Amino acid sequence: MYFYSLTDNAGVINMDELTDVDKAKMERDQKKIEVKLERWMTSKCCTEFMEAVQAGVEEDTLVKGIAEDKNPFKELKGGCVVC
Amino acid sequence: MGEMEELRKEADNLKDQITEARKVVQDTTLQEAVAGTTLVGRVQLKTRKTLRGHLAKIYAMHWGTDTNCSKLCVSASQDGKLIVWDTLTTNKVNAIPLKSSWVMTCAYAPSGNMVACGGLDNMCSIYNLKGKDGNVKVMRELAAHTGYLSCCRFLNDSEIITSSGDCTCILWDIETGTEKTIFAGHLGDCMSLAVSPDFKMFISGACDFTAKLWDIREATCRQTFSGHESDINAIGFFPNGNAVITGSDDATCKLYDLRADQELITYQDSGIMCGVTSLAASLSGRLLLAGYDDFNVNIWDMLKAERVGVLAGHDNRVSCIGVSSDGMACCTGSWDSFLKIWN
Repeated sequence: MYFYSLTDNAGVINMDELTDVDKAKMERDQKKIEVKLERWMTSKCCTEFMEAVQAGVEEDTLVKGIAEDKNPFKELKGGCVVC
Repeated sequence: MGEMEELRKEADNLKDQITEARKVVQDTTLQEAVAGTTLVGRVQLKTRKTLRGHLAKIYAMHWGTDTNCSKLCVSASQDGKLIVWDTLTTNKVNAIPLKSSWVMTCAYAPSGNMVACGGLDNMCSIYNLKGKDGNVKVMRELAAHTGYLSCCRFLNDSEIITSSGDCTCILWDIETGTEKTIFAGHLGDCMSLAVSPDFKMFISGACDFTAKLWDIREATCRQTFSGHESDINAIGFFPNGNAVITGSDDATCKLYDLRADQELITYQDSGIMCGVTSLAASLSGRLLLAGYDDFNVNIWDMLKAERVGVLAGHDNRVSCIGVSSDGMACCTGSWDSFLKIWN
């Protein structure tokens, strides 16, 4: 019994209706899928993670800040806002 | 041996194999890898705007992403209203009355044409913002979940994904109002979901303390991430889509890398003992902004896992947080009924 995907005119899955055996089967089948995953070395992942962050940090307003006159959220002093 | 026992034994065996496989690829920790980098400077954001108008607790907010609405956001409150705000002027673009005031989530479609919400009514209601006569009306009511709607996110104008207290997530066809795919596997209420930047995957965080990565079109669960010691309330993708960030009632946030299939680091401090309610990453991913039950937002350096700032300004729990798609500002929503824009 597989409950991962039902297409078109699918019935509702009511988790309350699944028996403990159903849930245990789902769990076992899911782990069979996950055990086969090809995993990268964490060193490679960490390097890529660091590079991704450094690459974007100069354009990151929350990190670098923004000049008052360039800030679109600056206080609107006087004038009118036409929407 | 009974069938249950056999199944449990098989699953435990497989889980042990997965734990081993994860150890085998762990040749360094993120802490070691970033030893040479400098901590980002102290981050002091100011409240630039306060969005006033809701009359009760705010439970959710979501920024628009399309260039036409990158400064618009939608918020949902238990005063029974969805409000679309122009954050630059603080004007209310739309104030939409809801059938059910017990709303827990809201979402802005990437196109800017629709918003959605849902909650204790177990339904996801879709509203068309661009109707012919200018009135905002319910377009669809998506009903099939047998538990509360905790989160919803549009893929496009015809598809939306929802997560529910019934432990499942559903991909819907908005046009026909029917379920395309049901994603089952979590053993506890699904509390939050996030869609990958390429729209091919989504992640869900649940009260079974795990996060799951789902392939939308294959309709399968690819990976399951454990480690949290309590409910996961908030979840998000790292901006490049290669990692997942979670926030939990165990007072920590965690970063999981999808390719290594494991946790890279935990964001925690002995001084923080209350649950994480919400989170958002800054544009580059350098900062993690996380809302907590103690009314504050802590800002973390994602590389060094140290706190570099605090947003203090709300008088009650921060229930939701979001960073605009251009990274220019972050928005916090609170049980104090206000939203604040910071940068």
